[in-house]
Amino acid sequence: MPNITYQGKAYPSQADETVLDALRRNAVPVPFSCRAGSCHSCMLLCQEGGATERSQKDLKPALKKLNYFLACQCVPEKDMTISLPNDEDVYVSAHCVEKKQLSPTVWRFRFDTAVPMHYHAGQFVNLKNEMGWLRSYSLSSLPTEDEHLEIQVRRMPQGQMSHWLVDDFDVGMHIELGGPNGHCIYTDGEPEKPILMVGTGTGLAPLIGILRDGLHQGHSGPIHLYHGVRTADELYLHDTLSELAEQNSNVHYYACISGEDVTGEVEAGRAADVAMSEHPDLKGWRIFLCGAPEMVKAMRKNAFLAGASMPEISADAFTVPEH
Amino acid sequence: MSTLFEKIGGEAAVDAAVDIFYRKVLSDDSISHFFETTDMEAQHAKQKSFLTMAFGGPNNYTGTDMRAAHAPLVAKGLNESHFNAVAGHLQATLEELNVPAELIAEVMAIAGSTKDDVLGL
Repeated sequence: MPNITYQGKAYPSQADETVLDALRRNAVPVPFSCRAGSCHSCMLLCQEGGATERSQKDLKPALKKLNYFLACQCVPEKDMTISLPNDEDVYVSAHCVEKKQLSPTVWRFRFDTAVPMHYHAGQFVNLKNEMGWLRSYSLSSLPTEDEHLEIQVRRMPQGQMSHWLVDDFDVGMHIELGGPNGHCIYTDGEPEKPILMVGTGTGLAPLIGILRDGLHQGHSGPIHLYHGVRTADELYLHDTLSELAEQNSNVHYYACISGEDVTGEVEAGRAADVAMSEHPDLKGWRIFLCGAPEMVKAMRKNAFLAGASMPEISADAFTVPEH
Repeated sequence: MSTLFEKIGGEAAVDAAVDIFYRKVLSDDSISHFFETTDMEAQHAKQKSFLTMAFGGPNNYTGTDMRAAHAPLVAKGLNESHFNAVAGHLQATLEELNVPAELIAEVMAIAGSTKDDVLGL
């Protein structure tokens, strides 16, 4: 089995073992999160030997050329000497220009980058602070309309990074920003296709970007957006979305509350359940799912069984880092 | 003389069949647990390779791969009744797509030839 050399020490890999698993088995601390090739947190640099094709297929051409690879996707075929990424290859410095609380637990941050970042609405970026903490956040901004990059951060009870952002990070400060990554984006060419969007919590962030992108590109088919939260005070974009629905006759917004009694213009129950009960036939629909992993997993299956074609279902599940 | 894969409609036929087939399999409570994973997209891609192989298309399957890939499922109780249920869904998918009976027979023969490897016999 090939050897993996990291910081001067060689670690023999085992059969079918990824670089990430081999390093973790030897208690070598490297960043990682989703372990599915999506988040790019575990991206490393291959200095000698070759990274596998699979571990590079989702990387930007420039990073591929520099020999970056995803440790969680690389089962080494030959000896490799690897290192952590060089910050200047992967990150740009971002400057916080706005921080605003939107609900009891959600804050909005807006950034300027030293070099303009080219992205599609719905993609995500990796934020890295001075302590080296790395987390993925979806962009909620639209590159063609918004001057700044925007993310929406929910203060998670156990969330080290979200607490740091909310408590210690502020306007005028800098943070490293990597990306953009992700394939959960509006695809043009089918302006009449009905679209179903289901987001829980700040899973709404990429969806509002994708929704605005669709409208901007002239989407004329119906767009049904379900936002699921536990309590009404967490409907952090209620006015914005209600306004979008008022201004665009094809946009329909449903606020779904699962954790308390409801009154008025909101629906009782979990967003995915409400959406499925109102749209039992999803043949020919385009589906976007973002938020809690268990919701995304169950809803992906239900949407597929309800007739949606698998390639038409785009999903972005939150990943919860292990420690 | 065209091959089975060409006669059946090539990759387009696989694309048309895979959603219908995988939907049938997932809706069948007697076998769905073998097909449910956290990564449904990857599972969907596996069904696509399987159909390509069964349709006589280009593939890299070997009997050893089949055995190794299904060994964990055999350990979880995968048996002949499950194999037959999947084969039934394959047949029903092809019938739904109006594939001629003689081509269905050829596909079913290829699928049937994997049985010993799939079940680890």
